[in-house]
Amino acid sequence: MFVVLLVARNAFRHKLRTVLTVVGIVVAITAFGVLRTIVDAWYAGANASSSARLVTRSSVSLVFPLPLTYAQKIRQVPGVESVSWANWFGGVYQAERNFFPQFAIDASSYLDMYPELILSDAERKAFLLDRKGAIVGRKLADLYGFKVGDQIPLRGTIYSGIWTFNLRGIYDGVDKGTDTSTMYFHFDLLNETIKKLYPRRGDQAGIMLVRLRDPGQAAAVSAAIDATFKNSLAETLTETEKAFQLSFVAMTEAILLAIQAVSFVVIVIIMAVMANTMAMTARERSAEYATLKALGFSGAFVAMLIFAESIGIALVGGSIGIAATFPIAHAFAEQMGSLFPIFFVSDETVVMQAAAAILVGAVAAAFPAWRTARVRIVDGLRAVA
Amino acid sequence: MPEACVTGEQKVESEQKVESDPTLPTTADDRGAGTLANAAEPLVAIRNLSKYYVRGGQVIPVLSDIDLDVYAGDYFALMGPSGSGKSTLLNLIAGIDKPSGGEIRIAGVDIARLSETDLAAWRAANVGFIFQFYNLMPVLSAFDNVELPLLLTNLSRRERRERVAMALDLVGLTDRSDHYPNELSGGQQQRVAIARALITDPTIIVADEPTGDLDRVTAEEILGLIDRLNVEIGKTIIMVTHDPKAAEKAHRLIHLEKGVLTE
Repeated sequence: MFVVLLVARNAFRHKLRTVLTVVGIVVAITAFGVLRTIVDAWYAGANASSSARLVTRSSVSLVFPLPLTYAQKIRQVPGVESVSWANWFGGVYQAERNFFPQFAIDASSYLDMYPELILSDAERKAFLLDRKGAIVGRKLADLYGFKVGDQIPLRGTIYSGIWTFNLRGIYDGVDKGTDTSTMYFHFDLLNETIKKLYPRRGDQAGIMLVRLRDPGQAAAVSAAIDATFKNSLAETLTETEKAFQLSFVAMTEAILLAIQAVSFVVIVIIMAVMANTMAMTARERSAEYATLKALGFSGAFVAMLIFAESIGIALVGGSIGIAATFPIAHAFAEQMGSLFPIFFVSDETVVMQAAAAILVGAVAAAFPAWRTARVRIVDGLRAVA
Repeated sequence: MPEACVTGEQKVESEQKVESDPTLPTTADDRGAGTLANAAEPLVAIRNLSKYYVRGGQVIPVLSDIDLDVYAGDYFALMGPSGSGKSTLLNLIAGIDKPSGGEIRIAGVDIARLSETDLAAWRAANVGFIFQFYNLMPVLSAFDNVELPLLLTNLSRRERRERVAMALDLVGLTDRSDHYPNELSGGQQQRVAIARALITDPTIIVADEPTGDLDRVTAEEILGLIDRLNVEIGKTIIMVTHDPKAAEKAHRLIHLEKGVLTE
């Protein structure tokens, strides 16, 4: 208790210096947390992927669709439990900046394959029965104020024209890692319209989705599916859903690396600032620490005082920084709209922030503590701050 | 190791001069009140003590072949010009510096042979410090400063607080116990330091220029207090000073010049 009192009072002996140091740590820890949350958001799709699902697409490019007949053949591959399909729509809602993903899906099989999309029985039924029906995620509904019963017009960019959908349900995610910023509507509506306008483009799907009987058989089943269509006009590439999601992340990997590097550089910078602060502090108190040693306190004890003060200041700054991360991340997500469908400060990020704060405090104190513990008492008593 | 700066003849002569000075006590009876009854063996026995530093390859002697005895209950002053080595000698006796050679026995313990850890523990139990600039912790009250050395003991909180109250009462600062050093005058700060020096009932009290930062009137008060510690409580005091008035208070006076004890 006495030691806590001594450490606490010493920490705030120079109030301005301590406050400025704390502010620096708050900024660094907050920036670290927000940057890491941005990186997490980038990987969110991959992290939310199921290990029991595969994605089959054209081996040439995602741009090229697959014949719908492939679904039946994939169903017959050993290890496959069910198959669904989806098409990226890419429409515009009111203005180009109002971006959100839209997929045309085989509704019944797709919803069965994605139990993490939680829809009430009534809304599911209404959606399945309405050919022009659509469902949107909770985040999307809140963003644009969509309500069940609304009509949502989309201007087609890949499939030209104005497409109007009846909103039949709003789904929630099973947890905060589930994307709820996507709109789904019926593949059949898209397919019929395409066949009328562009007959050669009909009966084709962008991707096939496969649910496995045994997730441990992912590699074998993937190989088997691709082997089925080898040497055909539309050869396939089948991979786990996670790998599929990560392939999008890989396109921007350089940016992610840069963001991660900046997040660590910020910590290194504040570490250097704090090390300077603690070095100055220890130098100013040379005579006091020497007096403690003269009285019989060990070098390890005075070193502990310095460490405790440094880590204490870092933890105060770190705690405030962690608390500030949440509202700042929330404000950032609001500004980004649906660009980051899943954006939240994870527990892992909070733990890393706390660890970074402790590391800053410990590293900053290391040299001054070592030096103070080792300096001769007579030299310390003679020192002039 | 540098050559001894004092020849055997000179050492004997200086010891004889110290012993023959009629103003200085030579027997236990002559040492005045507060002296322990069994003073045949010196409390502090220094033999062939030397201290040197090495700077840029050059050996700089500070103390050379010091022999000195301090008996229990002594009030002993070390005087000498600046750079004579008196503070170095005091630091060695207090155990906050290590000699280059020789022996320092205090209550039978050769402190020159103790490890750093053992020496720290020994200091905590046996030495009370009074520094020229008080060296109080600025963020602790007078009460907490005096209590500091007791944190190294096994006393309960209640026992510690009782002792501190007694020590502050002894130095006349009971009503200032919750004041911080920056709220106390120089003399009051030194009183707090004296209370801190006393609190563990140490074997010896070392005072390095205790009045060096005080005006004449306050210095007299502090010297009077230190004298009381010796006369009334029987504390063994070893003081370094360049102030003749401070030295007058001591019962024994030793001069140090260029690292050598002289009369």
